[in-house]
Amino acid sequence: MSSFAEQLASWQARLDKSLAKHPERKKQFTTISGLPVERLYLPAEPDQAYADNLGLPGEFPYTRGVQPTMYRGRLWTMRQYAGFATAAESNRRYRYLLEQGQTGLSVAFDLPTQIGYDADHQLAQGEVGKVGVSISSLKDMETLFAGIPLAKVSTSMTINAPAGILLAMYIAVAEGQGVKADALRGTIQNDILKEYSSRGTYIFPPKPSMRIITNIFAYCAAEVPQWNTISISGYHIREAGSTAVQEVAFTLANGMAYVQAAINAGLKVDDFGPRLSFFFNAHSDFLEEVAKYRAARRLWARIMRERFGALDPKSLMVRFHTQTAGCSLTAQQPKNNIVRVAFQAMSAVLGGTQSLHTNSMDEALALPTQEAVTIALRSQQIIGYETGVTDTVDPLAGAYYIEQLTDEIERLADDYIARIDQMGGAVEAVEQGFIQREIQEAAYEYQKAVESGRRVVVGVNQFLTQEPPPKDILRVDPKVRLEQVEALKKLRAGRDNRAVQAGLAALKAAAQGTDNLMPHFLACVKAYATLGEICDTLRGVFGEYHAPTTI
Amino acid sequence: MRKIRVLAAKPGLDGHDRGVKVIAAALRDAGMEVIYTGLRQTPEQIVNTAMQEDVDVIALSILSGAHDYLFPEVMKLVRGKGLEDVLVLGGGVIPESDVPAMKQAGVADIFGPGTATSKIVDYIKQNVKRK
Repeated sequence: MSSFAEQLASWQARLDKSLAKHPERKKQFTTISGLPVERLYLPAEPDQAYADNLGLPGEFPYTRGVQPTMYRGRLWTMRQYAGFATAAESNRRYRYLLEQGQTGLSVAFDLPTQIGYDADHQLAQGEVGKVGVSISSLKDMETLFAGIPLAKVSTSMTINAPAGILLAMYIAVAEGQGVKADALRGTIQNDILKEYSSRGTYIFPPKPSMRIITNIFAYCAAEVPQWNTISISGYHIREAGSTAVQEVAFTLANGMAYVQAAINAGLKVDDFGPRLSFFFNAHSDFLEEVAKYRAARRLWARIMRERFGALDPKSLMVRFHTQTAGCSLTAQQPKNNIVRVAFQAMSAVLGGTQSLHTNSMDEALALPTQEAVTIALRSQQIIGYETGVTDTVDPLAGAYYIEQLTDEIERLADDYIARIDQMGGAVEAVEQGFIQREIQEAAYEYQKAVESGRRVVVGVNQFLTQEPPPKDILRVDPKVRLEQVEALKKLRAGRDNRAVQAGLAALKAAAQGTDNLMPHFLACVKAYATLGEICDTLRGVFGEYHAPTTI
Repeated sequence: MRKIRVLAAKPGLDGHDRGVKVIAAALRDAGMEVIYTGLRQTPEQIVNTAMQEDVDVIALSILSGAHDYLFPEVMKLVRGKGLEDVLVLGGGVIPESDVPAMKQAGVADIFGPGTATSKIVDYIKQNVKRK
């Protein structure tokens, strides 16, 4: 008891110092009726169990959040995932979102880009610009960020197998704006293991993929120190059908595999650990989701400290982005999705997210229209500025149900991690198809529950109405591909092709050896080698991954 | 009696396979034989597999928006190889306004998000052309 009192006093003293420099959003927080709101509420008599399992916000085990003041200091980053068609068109959407008060960018790339094919590749037919923006070279990247000051915005890029190459392009664009790499803030997803199990945009086999990832960790620790080098993602695991427990377990197991790979490559855990970030799903079971984020924070902090010996508090923290659950959106009565998304977003906020994407109501039908995206962003602003839940830290702490659910999710996720350990880790568990099978069984169980009516989905299996299909949906013009093909032809004719060949040859030699690949990516993209040319060079050395079919 | 044979296929680069796997499991539970292609299949690969496996049904799943190009490509090959008696279905995120063009290309029907698997089972049983 007295030890907790001391801990609290020292927490308060450090906080007072930092508040003197960085004050909270308001001098005083009150409810809408004028009642005072404290920063932190605690049990009347905090015992040892409280200190061990919940503790103080911004301190181990981070159950109550990663910052001492949470949203009283600053709201989360409102970051809508966007990108479609050409770089020029996506650039216009980004500028619109920034004008509307969005605080960070999040780039969606099309599938050819994500799988390392240029827009003129045979396999890119029908896919160019469809689920994101088409980027085949630095030229496209320059257009994508034209007029957007990269020293000021933070940019998240959903890119995995070719993440290092797209990051190199981003660094090169910044250089063109006169911005040094050490000033850049943002995230690359760079999480290949969940691509094998859940999302599908892999290129190379696991071993060389893990090497590229550790190359990025090492390069960024030295050159791009504010960059989040990976976003270890449960989002897609959940979308593929997992339960909340599986989402936590498989995400953290993947995280452990990256940490181990980096340690094996000779890196020190506290050199790269602070730049690891996470990405979770916000699904529909409101209180389970709140407990899930809290459990993930506590479990990761314990794993990093106990298993990997991390000491830097930033290595122990789960800093995470959240996106509301795309798979929960219904094509039926699509306006109901606005309500679903608002509840899901609220669960992420009550769970302490650092950034948030809210889905648009029409995403079960097509890419979102501008109107739908704006409503989704406004939903976050309403939660942030109107509801009052941001005025005190971890407001649901101490609720019997929340705390028991937090304990239960942590315990069950830990059991899964022990099973994955026995298989030899997450890479082996994926190669054996274990994770894929667990996810697809959970997905099928869920589907059966919906079809039998045991689980109600409003507008789908109850409360049905006849309605005409919505008319205003966003479509990507097929001529986008033709434009990109033309642009590539011009690029290849106009660049210094000797420099391109020299860059690719050096990259090939480095890939065959043990050099860090990042400087080679940078040299290649600056010579305007295309994404496809760079990836083909690597395919030649590393080969391609062929997935086991698990049904 | 021969079981109905279904090829569940993922054309294009799309990695979303939750739906196709759930439907494969449901069709199997309904007594059909299901072959799943795995991800990233070209139209040629899909139609060749359909021939080799002598299937009665091809169920195409796509969520990336590339159906407008890929479904007609598959149908061209289906006709070219004389597989007109194979029932071809589509599923995924396919806007209502695209459905007429898909049917015109020869896809028998399109099943969107929220469709009950039992509906697809019934549809196949009633419409399979090979007996």
